[in-house]
Amino acid sequence: MTKTIYRLDRRGFLKAGAAAGATAAFGSAPAYAQQRAIKIGYVSPQTGALAGMAEADDFTLQTVMNQIGDGLSIDGRTYPVEILVRDSQSNPNRASEVANELILADEVDLMVVASTPENVNPVADACEINEVPCLSTMAPWQAYYFTRGGTPDRGFDWTYHYFWGSEDLIAVFQNMWSQIDTNKQVGLLFPNDADGNALADAEAGFPPALSAAGYSMTDPGRYQNLSDDYTAFISAFRRDGCEIVTGAPLPPDFTTFWTQAKQQGFNPKIVSIAKATLYPVNVETIGPTAHNLSSEVWWTPTHPFTSSLTGQSGQELAAAYTEATGRQWTQPIGFIHSLFEVAADIMTRAGGPGDYEATRDAMAATNIETLVGPVSWGNGPVKNVTKTPLVGGQWRQTDGGEFPFELVVVSNETAPEVPLGGEMEALA
Amino acid sequence: MDWINAILQGVLVGGLFALFAAGLSLIFGVMRLVNLAHGDLIVLGAFLALAVVTGLGLHPLLSLLIVAPVMFALGYGLQRAILNRTLGKDLLPPLVVTFGLSIIIQNALLEVFSADTQRLQAGPMETASLQMGAISIGAFPLLTFIVAVAVIGGMELFMRRTALGRVFRATSDKAEIVPLMGVNPKQVFAIAMGVSLVICAIAGVLLGVRTNFSPGAGPARLLFAFEAVIIGGLGSLWGTLAGGVILGVSQAIGAKINPGFQILAGHIVFLAVLVVRPQGLFPRTRDK
Repeated sequence: MTKTIYRLDRRGFLKAGAAAGATAAFGSAPAYAQQRAIKIGYVSPQTGALAGMAEADDFTLQTVMNQIGDGLSIDGRTYPVEILVRDSQSNPNRASEVANELILADEVDLMVVASTPENVNPVADACEINEVPCLSTMAPWQAYYFTRGGTPDRGFDWTYHYFWGSEDLIAVFQNMWSQIDTNKQVGLLFPNDADGNALADAEAGFPPALSAAGYSMTDPGRYQNLSDDYTAFISAFRRDGCEIVTGAPLPPDFTTFWTQAKQQGFNPKIVSIAKATLYPVNVETIGPTAHNLSSEVWWTPTHPFTSSLTGQSGQELAAAYTEATGRQWTQPIGFIHSLFEVAADIMTRAGGPGDYEATRDAMAATNIETLVGPVSWGNGPVKNVTKTPLVGGQWRQTDGGEFPFELVVVSNETAPEVPLGGEMEALA
Repeated sequence: MDWINAILQGVLVGGLFALFAAGLSLIFGVMRLVNLAHGDLIVLGAFLALAVVTGLGLHPLLSLLIVAPVMFALGYGLQRAILNRTLGKDLLPPLVVTFGLSIIIQNALLEVFSADTQRLQAGPMETASLQMGAISIGAFPLLTFIVAVAVIGGMELFMRRTALGRVFRATSDKAEIVPLMGVNPKQVFAIAMGVSLVICAIAGVLLGVRTNFSPGAGPARLLFAFEAVIIGGLGSLWGTLAGGVILGVSQAIGAKINPGFQILAGHIVFLAVLVVRPQGLFPRTRDK
């Protein structure tokens, strides 16, 4: 289960193999069969706590391999592509272990990785040490960069990242809040983990930015993940009359908090939550009281970009996903797809497999329009990091639609190219 | 008023902890088996209820009519087929086997239900509350607490007043001697495990209505269950309820001081009990 090599689907592979064998037998084979395959290693949390992030893996890999599986054409030669997928089991130690295995035993030409700092950082570290190029996304860049010992003047040699950062999150939340008339009293619900401590940091997190914008805050402190009782937070928020609540809890913790808040009669006007309300399945588990909860939005099918690989628009990709799986689109679909767009582009410009330095230089020189926006490391906040647009959205209950909730973009000041789907509404 | 509210909510959460712990306490009392898969069995109960709820459209609480007998049969079979073979002088084999069981259950659930977080939808009762002066108490946490008291009271009555309960207690005291009286201890153990899993089913359904669960959610629940059992005293069911409530209240008080102390405060009280009174507050089980 953990060792999957995607080469088209199994049947397609057999057919391609038979065809290649046949042509070889007749002695008229082009260089096709002799070229060494481009090996791309992909470490993904397919099982365990982060598995929601990897939900679209099978679909995405199928889509990508349908496009480039029979080969990337580089300088007149066609190189077959192998994507070696390894499950990190949502465990940083395991992620590091399989990354080393991919580097040392499988000798991958390029590593790609996504889905939270817990999954990205150990893989990127393994690549940096072994001097193998690594492309990553889907982790706020500060947690990727500073946690791994990066400094603004000295970055990394082999590892490059594209996503947004906490400054974008703070800006998006403020833009959403300014659309509703409130008393500007904000309750903070941040856990004692990497994201929680970074976002609630008195120097670089929410507090200084909110104070500067005229908000007052109620911050009872950092709680431990998977607590069963949030009465202390609810009492403090109610005492100070908070009309806005923000935080970055895990999904079960937010459900417990929000259920208890409703039971204890605490009804804020705005609840903007990072992380816990990213996916429709998280929102559905909360039930009808999730209507108008707000969250950061990294990608929607309405983002005005197309895939450089398949030419599909976001709408087309999301529709294909729903058709293939019967499930609603989620934000990682666009990003995991883009990861392989950029990977294919890098390998093409690197002139084929086998040269780590050429691959790394090609990665650094990337300038491509992907499904999630432009990726180019020339204009990032620090070396090795470039940012993709972030906007804000609200979950709305649909009236008998295909799925019970839909994510509507309500704030795009940070990225005006993303169309609005509606206006910010206060919670009931 | 805030303090009264915090403590009251802590008591209610304590009911949930006690319910997590009751099944663990029962089987430890009867057969000295430490079941490391207990948390996963609670989550399994929640998933079975989910299957019944989605399949038949029943209310989660009514789904227990189906889930509880299934879990009883599962516990009975599990004990007869596997766990009875591990019991003996050595405490290690059952520990290792139930640890393995825990991993098997998690991965089986992952395979069948995927990694999605799930919840049992119970309608308006999820967020309904009773107003008492300035304090509002959630109807559902209150129900959870009442169920915990009822389950533990019922178990206690069963152990004290029924013939089977007497057999349980006798087996607990001297499993080697009861065969002389015509009792098959293996049968007794299997029934005890079945009852333990029925309690798991009840705890699982209440947990599933209260918050999200996913296949990996079990082990986090096991720790609090263990602490409640140890604080209350091994083998005592009322002690387990007291242990759960003490844990819940100390967490609430810890959180009131600083949210960072919430879980730590529970652990500190647990350690304090271990140091001052290692046998727990109301121990029943006497070991040689």
